[in-house]
Amino acid sequence: MTIPKRMSSGDFNKALERFRVAVGDAWVLTADDDLQSYRDPYSPVWDEPEETKVSAVVAPASVEQVQQVVAVANEYKIPLYAVSTGKNLGYGTTSPNYSASVIVDLKRMNRIIEVDDRRNFCIVEPGVSYFDLYNYLVEKQLRLMIDLPSNGMGGPLGNSLDHGNGYSAAPYRDHFGGHCGMEVVLANGEVIRTGMGALPGSKTWGEYKYGYGPSVDGLFAQGNFGIVTKMGFWLMPMPDFFLSAQVGVPRYRDVIPMVDELNYLEDLGLMAYARIQSPMEIPRVLSRAPDPELVALMAQPGGGEPDSYESYANKQNLDFWTATMNFYGPETTVRANWEYARKRFARIDGARFREVESATFPLSAEAIQKSRQQVSIGVPNLSAFALGARSKFTEPTDGHLWFSPVIPRSGEALIEAHRVFGEAFKELGMPSRIGPYSGPRTWFYRAFMFVLDFQCSRSDTEANQRVRKAFRYLIEVGAKHGWAEYRTAPMFQDDVANSYSFNNHALRRFTERLKDAADPNGIFSPGRGGIWPKSIREARQ
Amino acid sequence: MSSQSIGVLALGLVMGSPAAAQDQVPIGRSVYEHYCSPCHASGPGHPGTQALDALYNGDPSGVLELRHDLTPELITTTVRQGRSVMPSFRKTEIDDAQLQAVAIYLTEHK
Repeated sequence: MTIPKRMSSGDFNKALERFRVAVGDAWVLTADDDLQSYRDPYSPVWDEPEETKVSAVVAPASVEQVQQVVAVANEYKIPLYAVSTGKNLGYGTTSPNYSASVIVDLKRMNRIIEVDDRRNFCIVEPGVSYFDLYNYLVEKQLRLMIDLPSNGMGGPLGNSLDHGNGYSAAPYRDHFGGHCGMEVVLANGEVIRTGMGALPGSKTWGEYKYGYGPSVDGLFAQGNFGIVTKMGFWLMPMPDFFLSAQVGVPRYRDVIPMVDELNYLEDLGLMAYARIQSPMEIPRVLSRAPDPELVALMAQPGGGEPDSYESYANKQNLDFWTATMNFYGPETTVRANWEYARKRFARIDGARFREVESATFPLSAEAIQKSRQQVSIGVPNLSAFALGARSKFTEPTDGHLWFSPVIPRSGEALIEAHRVFGEAFKELGMPSRIGPYSGPRTWFYRAFMFVLDFQCSRSDTEANQRVRKAFRYLIEVGAKHGWAEYRTAPMFQDDVANSYSFNNHALRRFTERLKDAADPNGIFSPGRGGIWPKSIREARQ
Repeated sequence: MSSQSIGVLALGLVMGSPAAAQDQVPIGRSVYEHYCSPCHASGPGHPGTQALDALYNGDPSGVLELRHDLTPELITTTVRQGRSVMPSFRKTEIDDAQLQAVAIYLTEHK
């Protein structure tokens, strides 16, 4: 049995007994078989000494039970690690930062507290998945659309607390930005509510997020100041019509005016999420064998030079870049916005336009089945897991890590990132995960992210070690150029937090002073977000 | 529609007690449709089916519900431990009784 550090087995057994009283015998798990399912299946340290262990799992079903669990942990100084739906795949899943933590599994807290389709918000508990919320909206015929991430098994609460994101309009696809009020259990067992939730009898928890005074909500995202047990979210009213439409441009540097136009359109609210891609980027999910000439181009050290891709695109009559845009609203307005967008992009010589797909709401079963962009129309699914799954052309992997630096929202920055990260892969002597064909994500609508995947293995330790070395090197290279990650798996959270070092890590020193005051025994997720409690601060990497 | 306040929304299924296998089938089907179908149903957009189709080339089928060679042990082990990009599923998601019902649904009573 794994026992939390600095704790005797006798005391741990006493604490487990108290947990059982709080949540019931069936919901305190200590058997190896049960704990096995809490290992990160996408771990890059599988079966290596760095893989963090879980000492036990406690699964409360109510906020009162969470309070009791926290009280016991605080008394015995037991490190807890809370998870919501527990499906943060690629970012650590249910595996804690600090080995031998007790997992507080909140999946059983799965109530949808309130949904309003006139004022357009919901309030949910941590265990509610996107599938659950979607099914609820459909069953109740509520005229709302959820902004979704790729993984429908995740949920609004956990996804937003890790700064997750989606694919629809600007206010909604920044999931933490779109939250409105939360309920949190603190280390002393007290329950607080933020925003208007702090007002007894409040009628506007899901509508006005600031309440009065300092906003502390941010402390509970990518941090370790409490266990969030309820959150409100703004939701988009169901539109009449969705259009996915694409502009293609022929040259590498056309990405500069293209991004400028996308920024203009999105910041005016005329268009939602745009996916910038190159048709030459061989998809990670293959439906047919790739062109050997393109494979050879992409195999060049550092991803190769833009000229060679421009020649290839010209020869094959391909666009160099495409931007696939989402439009929502009445069909007349959507079509007018798309027409206006075409006028704007027409200043780029050789720009081409095409409509990709459209849908009318409420969605019919046929429309859902036909759509290849279900996340963009609010239908949760798991199609993204084709990445890494076996196909006719690829062997299966054991999951992936995401490397996700934030870069400026301009074509020039995109070009610079291609060069800098391409050079980094050359120096690493490994196949480049980036090249002049790599498009960014526009999830947070005021910045770009690259999202580069690294494959993990549950059998090839050496491959995992190479991945970790590369991942850490890219973090270092990015930071030298003013780019850092928005989100990462626990084992890299110290590395990323170290990048945010302005004024000798003044921000981290401040949050750690707050941590020591709010959680003096350091029971909540030690190390989460790079924040360590004073008692084990030496554990920082 | 006006504001929807609800006390408890039973998203999970009632934990099963020992019952005849036939009684488990609707529970197994419901759990399967919620947790498994998004990856293992037929048609495009289902990576589990895509992977099994690629592995078996259609014999047996890549669609789990069309298989006749699955065993309860294979199902429970795969669900609890995961495989390739399929993550493990915890007891808080699919409890032992529900998992047993899924195994019955897929092996005996489709």
